[in-house]
Amino acid sequence: MCLSIPARIESIEGNMGVVSAGGAFFKAGLHMIEDPAIGDYILLHAGFAIQKISEKEALETLSIIREIDEASG
Amino acid sequence: MKYIDEYRDKDLILKMAGLIKRSARRNYTFMEVCGGHTAAIHRFGIPSLLPENVRLISGPGCPVCVTATDYIDKAIVLAETEGSIIATFGDLMRVPGSESTLEKKRAEGADIRVIFSGLDALGIAEASPDRRVIFPGIGFETTAPGTAITLMQAKEKKLRNFFLLSAHKIMPPAIRAVIKDGMKIDGFICPGHVASITGSDAFDFIPQEHKKACVVTGFEPLDIMQALLMLINQINNEAPKIEIQYTRAVTPGGNGIAQDILGKVFVYCDAEWRGFGIIPSSGLKPGPEFEEFDAEKVFSPAVRQTSRETLCICGEILRGVKTPSDCPVFATACTPLAPEGACMVSNEGACNTFYKYRPHG
Ligand code: SF4
Repeated sequence: MCLSIPARIESIEGNMGVVSAGGAFFKAGLHMIEDPAIGDYILLHAGFAIQKISEKEALETLSIIREIDEASG
Repeated sequence: MKYIDEYRDKDLILKMAGLIKRSARRNYTFMEVCGGHTAAIHRFGIPSLLPENVRLISGPGCPVCVTATDYIDKAIVLAETEGSIIATFGDLMRVPGSESTLEKKRAEGADIRVIFSGLDALGIAEASPDRRVIFPGIGFETTAPGTAITLMQAKEKKLRNFFLLSAHKIMPPAIRAVIKDGMKIDGFICPGHVASITGSDAFDFIPQEHKKACVVTGFEPLDIMQALLMLINQINNEAPKIEIQYTRAVTPGGNGIAQDILGKVFVYCDAEWRGFGIIPSSGLKPGPEFEEFDAEKVFSPAVRQTSRETLCICGEILRGVKTPSDCPVFATACTPLAPEGACMVSNEGACNTFYKYRPHG
């Protein structure tokens, strides 16, 4: 029940939205998300979006991991 | 899937494993606080990638597992009351109370329905105005805001037949309890999804007061490997601090909207944790403006104080003192189909996870 998965906002109606993850669609409360927009990725947890996922930070983490790796040979 | 596949790159994972091996120059014991991490660590076989001197132990961050027997007993008492519907997350169904489970009660005819979100429970209440719907709310800071929103909507809609039996809990006091226990732990893999709400600031006290390493971590294998390397480096450099590895979802301040919602609806209360007993101010219950929805306050469900004879050592596992393989009935008298304790029920429970991914599985 504690699982949170990355999902994409597909549609928005008031505080509620439909999000998709791995080809499945879910209803999600968007109350906690600042300025949700279609195409944003969020973490879906027990029927609510709990946080936006930052694309910029996601890429940054991957490039750090690759750099550590290269630095160590 | 985006934000998943790229963090499962096998070559990078193996290279990180090599790097961890080279960096580990002494013994390290790290606790992954969150059950979601325990599940991910075993699912991806991470222990087999680590050198022997890097040891991981699981902690109290599985909400189903820490749920007290009394709480299940109360839910059962309410389920037995004429006119009640219990609308619950599926994970609670098989958690043993002192004499029964919600699943058994349902088989005996009680109206118990499995839902995915608090809002589903609210929908049931709206559709059944002549019944009383009780939602057993469990979960940490990640789940509690959803319950808070549900209560705000119940108030807005002036529902008189919707009630929350709250076992919501917060993480920092449990980590304090683990540290106070005195187990030798060098650092913590801090819960990433709890921190997406609370911010990493909620865990500042760990390095500041207790001088232990801390990394707020994501749930994919590369996230966990990177976090382990960060923890090892903090210790090697004798510089314990809080670092965020899971920057794509966690900031120091967290989700301010969710924090405001929590503050509007809930107040802190003492709460019972399996394995720990009562931890002061570690629970959340509806505050004065939402008391009318508080099942505990409205119905005061009375439970008989019977303690069930059991060999279960869930409590010690949740405190990081023992592991599932120390339990005499693990994988024999206790399996996910016939769980003896809460840690075997939940997908994030240590016993369930060890069972699923055990070598001869
Ligand atoms: S294996 Fe079963 S009985 Fe043993 S500690 Fe885990 S849940 Fe309890």
